[in-house]
Amino acid sequence: MSTEVLEPTATTKKSEPLFSKRRRKFVLDPLNDDNPITVQVLGICSALAVTVKMEPTLIMAVSVVFVIVFSNLIISLLRNLIPGRVRIIVQLGVIATFVTLVSEVLKAYNYEMYKVLGAFVGLIITNCIVMGRLEAFAMGNKPWDSVLDGLGSGFGYAWVILTVAFFRELLGSGSVFNHQIYDASIMPTNSLFIDSIGAFMVLGILIWIQRTKTGYVEH
Amino acid sequence: MELINLGIRSIFIDNMIFAYFLGMCSFLAVSKKVSTAIGLGAAVVFVLGLTAPVNWLVQEYILKEGALTWISPAFETINLEFLQFIMFIAIIAAIVQLVEMVVEKFTPALYGALGIFLPLIAVNCSILGGSLFMVQRDYTLAEAAVFGAGSGMGFMLAIVALAAIREKLKYSNVPDGLKGLGITMLITGLMGIAFKSFIGIVL
Repeated sequence: MSTEVLEPTATTKKSEPLFSKRRRKFVLDPLNDDNPITVQVLGICSALAVTVKMEPTLIMAVSVVFVIVFSNLIISLLRNLIPGRVRIIVQLGVIATFVTLVSEVLKAYNYEMYKVLGAFVGLIITNCIVMGRLEAFAMGNKPWDSVLDGLGSGFGYAWVILTVAFFRELLGSGSVFNHQIYDASIMPTNSLFIDSIGAFMVLGILIWIQRTKTGYVEH
Repeated sequence: MELINLGIRSIFIDNMIFAYFLGMCSFLAVSKKVSTAIGLGAAVVFVLGLTAPVNWLVQEYILKEGALTWISPAFETINLEFLQFIMFIAIIAAIVQLVEMVVEKFTPALYGALGIFLPLIAVNCSILGGSLFMVQRDYTLAEAAVFGAGSGMGFMLAIVALAAIREKLKYSNVPDGLKGLGITMLITGLMGIAFKSFIGIVL
């Protein structure tokens, strides 16, 4: 992460650098201290549903990052034009448009994966992380800040679901990215991890470890 | 008989929470007290039972390939399925708004109880998920209605049970890092094991 934000780009005198300290916080905070899944408890549905295998999880993570960054950008550009009373519908409309885009691209170029993910691509629309960022951040901030914020939240979501998927695939199917690591003769695979129960357990323990490290306590 | 079977399946076996993880956000956020959990659960049953059949009609008479032939035979080749997400979410948002107004007008007491939960439901994954599953599985109108109401009841059952456990949990000494979300996840996993015992029941 740190390599790409170390060199501030040269800009005009008045405006702040493209990656100033304040802006770096937008990207770095959601990765750990303010993680959307483990701290803010958002977007759990898809975090659990698609994490049986690494590959669909990666596709899901990329789709969510794409949707969240671009809807943040659009809503931020429109923020002064949207009347307060209908903002939820407008936000849902923008998100649904980008999700439709993702779904159509997936259908065209990777139909297998489209079948595997099924309804869960559509459910990015109701992924609370996206709605939450639009409502809490993009409605009141400038476009570039919103893009960075979207990137931060997206990557914070991505590393958590990839970690969950890694353990579920390793222990449940004995493989990583469909490459067999060990077979049943060395250690029997545990079908509990393919099942929904394994997802709850892995995420619960991951949250425990992460919160113990950051010292965050919920009351 | 088929319908009763489907209803029981969608409440216990294909439970929205334990089998498909839908509606997890509100499931985790609103399960601290039994009374609020019942309010949210009732609202979900209501909205899911309504949106599934309405979205079925939309899918069948507007979106599907050749669905527009009831207007004119010339529309036979039109396929509007790419509009599915936008249509479904707009209809869900509209129905939630409508339900809110009707409930407010006719039963103010219920409105007071559901109040804040109704608008939240528009972005509950289980509602949109219900409509998308219904399309994926080719249900008929009656099946869609039963599936919607059944899934809603399954959600209500799960959230009320979890809220009851969490109320008791307040008096236990949980490790700091595990407090709140962590322990709730583990409990949900254990409840999932209990719900697994329904698998294989055929009526």
